[in-house]
Amino acid sequence: MTQSLLEIDKLSVTFQLPNGPVTAVKDVSFSIIEGETMALVGESGSGKSVTSTAAMRLLPELAETTGAIRFNGENLLEITPKRMRRIRGNDISMIFQEPMTSLNPLHRIGRQIGEVLIRHKQLNGKANRQRVLELLNQVGIPEPERRIDSYPYELSGGQRQRVMIAMALAGEPKLLIADEPTTALDVTVQAQILALLKSLQAKYGMAILFITHDLSIVRHFADHVAVMRYGEVVESGRTLEVFDAPQHDYTRMLLDAIPRGRKEPAPADSPVLMSGRDIKVRFALKKRLFGKSQYFEAVRGIDLSIRRGQTLGIVGESGSGKSTLGRALLRLLKSKGEIRFEEADISGLDKSGMRPLRSRLQVVFQDPFGSLSPRMTVGEIISEGLKVHHPELNRRQREAEVIAALEEVALDPSMRNRYPHEFSGGQRQRIAIARALILKPELLLLDEPTSALDRSVQVRVIDLLRDLQKKHGLTYLFISHDLSVVRALSDDVMVMKEGRVIEQGSTEMIFSQPREAYTQALLKAAFLDDEVA
Amino acid sequence: MLIYTLKRLLQAIPTLLIVITISFFLMRVAPGGPFDGERQLPPEIEANLMAAYHLDEPLPMQYLRYMGNLLQGDFGPSFKYKDFSVTELIAQGFPVSLEIGGLAILLALLVGLPLGIAAAIKRNSTVDYVVMGTALTGIAVPNFVLAPIFALVFGVLLGWLPAGGWNGGALPNLVLPVVALSIQQIAYIARMMRASMIEVLGSHFIRTARAKGLNEGEVIWRHAIRPALLPVMSYLGPAIAGIITGSVVIEQIFGIPGIGRYFVQGALNRDYTLVMGTVVFYGVLIVLMNLIVDLLYSALDPQIRYDD
Amino acid sequence: MTSESKPYSGEQAHAAPLPAGGPNPPRSPEPEAGVAPVGESLAKDAWRRLSQNRAAMVSLGLLIAIIVVCIVGPWLLPWGLAEVDWNAFGTGPTLENAHYLGTDANGRDLLTRTLYGGRISLSVALVASFVSLVIGVLYGAISGYLGGRVDNYMMRFVDIMYSLPFMFLVILLMVVFGRNIFLIYAAIGAVEWLDMARIVRGQTLALKRREFIEAAHALGVRDTKIVTRHLIPNAIGPVIIYVTLTVPKVILLESFLSFLGLGVQEPLTSWGVLISEGVDMMESAPWMLLVPSIFLAITLFCLNFLGDGLRDALDPRTR
Repeated sequence: MTQSLLEIDKLSVTFQLPNGPVTAVKDVSFSIIEGETMALVGESGSGKSVTSTAAMRLLPELAETTGAIRFNGENLLEITPKRMRRIRGNDISMIFQEPMTSLNPLHRIGRQIGEVLIRHKQLNGKANRQRVLELLNQVGIPEPERRIDSYPYELSGGQRQRVMIAMALAGEPKLLIADEPTTALDVTVQAQILALLKSLQAKYGMAILFITHDLSIVRHFADHVAVMRYGEVVESGRTLEVFDAPQHDYTRMLLDAIPRGRKEPAPADSPVLMSGRDIKVRFALKKRLFGKSQYFEAVRGIDLSIRRGQTLGIVGESGSGKSTLGRALLRLLKSKGEIRFEEADISGLDKSGMRPLRSRLQVVFQDPFGSLSPRMTVGEIISEGLKVHHPELNRRQREAEVIAALEEVALDPSMRNRYPHEFSGGQRQRIAIARALILKPELLLLDEPTSALDRSVQVRVIDLLRDLQKKHGLTYLFISHDLSVVRALSDDVMVMKEGRVIEQGSTEMIFSQPREAYTQALLKAAFLDDEVA
Repeated sequence: MLIYTLKRLLQAIPTLLIVITISFFLMRVAPGGPFDGERQLPPEIEANLMAAYHLDEPLPMQYLRYMGNLLQGDFGPSFKYKDFSVTELIAQGFPVSLEIGGLAILLALLVGLPLGIAAAIKRNSTVDYVVMGTALTGIAVPNFVLAPIFALVFGVLLGWLPAGGWNGGALPNLVLPVVALSIQQIAYIARMMRASMIEVLGSHFIRTARAKGLNEGEVIWRHAIRPALLPVMSYLGPAIAGIITGSVVIEQIFGIPGIGRYFVQGALNRDYTLVMGTVVFYGVLIVLMNLIVDLLYSALDPQIRYDD
Repeated sequence: MTSESKPYSGEQAHAAPLPAGGPNPPRSPEPEAGVAPVGESLAKDAWRRLSQNRAAMVSLGLLIAIIVVCIVGPWLLPWGLAEVDWNAFGTGPTLENAHYLGTDANGRDLLTRTLYGGRISLSVALVASFVSLVIGVLYGAISGYLGGRVDNYMMRFVDIMYSLPFMFLVILLMVVFGRNIFLIYAAIGAVEWLDMARIVRGQTLALKRREFIEAAHALGVRDTKIVTRHLIPNAIGPVIIYVTLTVPKVILLESFLSFLGLGVQEPLTSWGVLISEGVDMMESAPWMLLVPSIFLAITLFCLNFLGDGLRDALDPRTR
């Protein structure tokens, strides 16, 4: 029986905040064996990050930690700070979620990696540089001899994360703690990083503690899993066993929270509601006083059409231009090309020309935090559109409409005098949907409406959107990078990359028989290539 | 780097032009001339004097003449200090002001930066409160209040240091003026450095540094200080301007023969050329200082360097 | 919907992983049919946080006290601003003759003069700050909202103005146009608007990109309404904070000018003038220096604490 490498024994962490103590982690216990991968899963606020940070003893001073964290038998909570520093970066390494800000912006990356070697391996000078080059190679950084002298700002997010991994590997650790290392990255980059971690694990014989909220990563990556909620471990065990036969309700709920179902196709004879031809959008990067300005081509000539009652899903990674395209279609941005709404050409209309149409074309944005005006009550936010498009209504009538709209999105109408910051993310998205729906639009642009929400919340919002579409005969333009959500809601799917359409077709076709390599890569990265449609 | 320097130099020129032009026209527009206040001069002599100083020519002509002289480094004669040209006065006063001002800014950095760092590291401790409390005093009590109090306490009552006078720049005479001049900037720099350090210490890359197993000293010195210095560096320009402004008062109080004193006297006496000369001079100085600070900043932050 | 996940805080980047609300089950407002209880606006929230800050509250109280005393005090005191007490030249603080804080070298009651001086110093502070506020906000908001080339030129202008040795130009103005109180208001205001303009422009630019502005566009709301209902209320926070930084600067500026003899003219007086007179008589009548200095120092201290308090109260990050 292999001894545990890391044994967490009744770990509790309480933060002494000015408003009172907050217990983030309660009696958590689990262990990791040498060479294996353990995933710590939970939604936001579950305490998973705090647990892993506690293992490195990197918590701030106002955190009180009780229990034991035994690493190779040694209780990390009882050793001296000096001894802990020998372990950090050396026997246990950690990589974090935010690659863009986790590297020192003023130091070259060679130096940052080399620092670990100096401190833990007593490697200096030439030997140090040699080893750094080796590490850069191992993590897949191209042209290491050049990159070793680069500054972080010269690298992309994915590359920066690779540098972080190199830094973590430099000490040849027995345990690597990875705190949501791919959450901030595009899905194809995520796939690469996960593959890299797997191969390095095999090579170095490391154990990995992988923290994530994404169950599909857990399924494909981890040997063991521990599910956390509200600071406690509700269930743990071998991944396959837990996923096949979850014991706890919460685990069951998490596993179920995958967007399900498919959309019923719209009637074959329904007319084209909106169409676009050769749409191009570009942004000026630098406006020079003399000479040519530089432009960034966000959308490079796209045709599309949506029929009434349909949902067109547009997928792509960051920078693909999908959000820009959506905004261009709704004339929220300047663009070239022809845009038609119900046969009428709207591409040339100015603000006042577009105004009467606005009630028929509405938007729900991604960021529930930012899309509601912080200084207006929810009621005011929802009724703002009414004031523009139905000025004939008096206050009482508007209030009645607001109450009806809130009920439609399953929110309590008595909350209409509260302010946005008093609601949760999911509730705010419902408010945003209510704001759009109160005008009884025909077309709704949904720009990543669920991407900032926890999975369990997402599923409910998606169900709501589905119900509303059926009830009101709405047409949706659904933009997302999340393929499973798009699959559950769309009739047709358009795959975009760098401003162009890579592939287009019915949901069925795209997901079960993708023709283009990029589409296939996307599906593979999202672990959707082996799931039955 | 070179291109960047040249670009900034070019950008400085319109600024200088505006400074000179505004000062020039303001001075000329002023009611009363430079010869008022003296005994009433007979009109012919006044006319002669005006002609000698070209004051009877149309304004635009005077302007061009002045610009022309400027380019040759000639600020014109002082109207009040009849034996000296403005250039000579400035040349006399500048080294003095430079010494006081330069020492003051150095002191401000040497004292302010460490205080700010210490306060940030030992946040919310006694050290922090003492440093911040003292800084608050520096900000809230103006230097023209502190300076006379210093002179009174250290100069008159305790007799440790001379209460005024230049004495050719002897060390004891330097202490009080330099300290009084620097206190306000020490306070600002300490506060800024503290705020900046606190922000940097909470950032992600510091977390990474700790995760690498570095001890706290290494984390602070190798990773935190340089990024924390950047915002404070941007403040250096205004800090220098503040010292220059403050020197005007300090020189008055301690009787230091620097440019500041000439400026105030010139302003009160309507000595056109002297005032303009000092304004132009200070203008050039500030622009140059800003340029140097910018270059310093770009030396610290690699991203600025390569950014066009 | 009571089973939503907790308030949206998990995704915010914390350098040290502090849970914002802890793993407690989410609090949902109790539903009541028909009645819609009023929520807590950001302004109320800020005020609540500010009122919990003792230093800021004490400072606010002191400031109000000083303002009231300066306005009302001179009516209650027996001595006038320029009234000479022939029996008391340069006497110290005493209870006789109601020269509570002493007299100056010309026999004028110091307390009275200090309070009158306070009226001037404080009014300059408020008016000049207001002037710089108005100019700065308008300039910055227009520049930020219009954006593009207009914004470029407007900000280039600010940059150039920024590098001018303003102090000297103000002094120049004082000399040229005489020491008129209104000129002082205007001159100082004209010096300070630059920072305000920069801040407001920065705020406007940041707000322009926020999604709730886009949402308002998508609803078809008119531009003027967007500016009044969405931009300005949200930009006010930093503006207020900046005003609390500007006011002490203005007071210092005015005192500085007066100290040099370039500020207000007789018969008006200000703290700067009084301090200047006090410096001359420092050795023989120290109270002449100390009294106005203490008033000035206390005012500046209070403004600083209040400013810090406001900054903390309005800072969304520490919420």
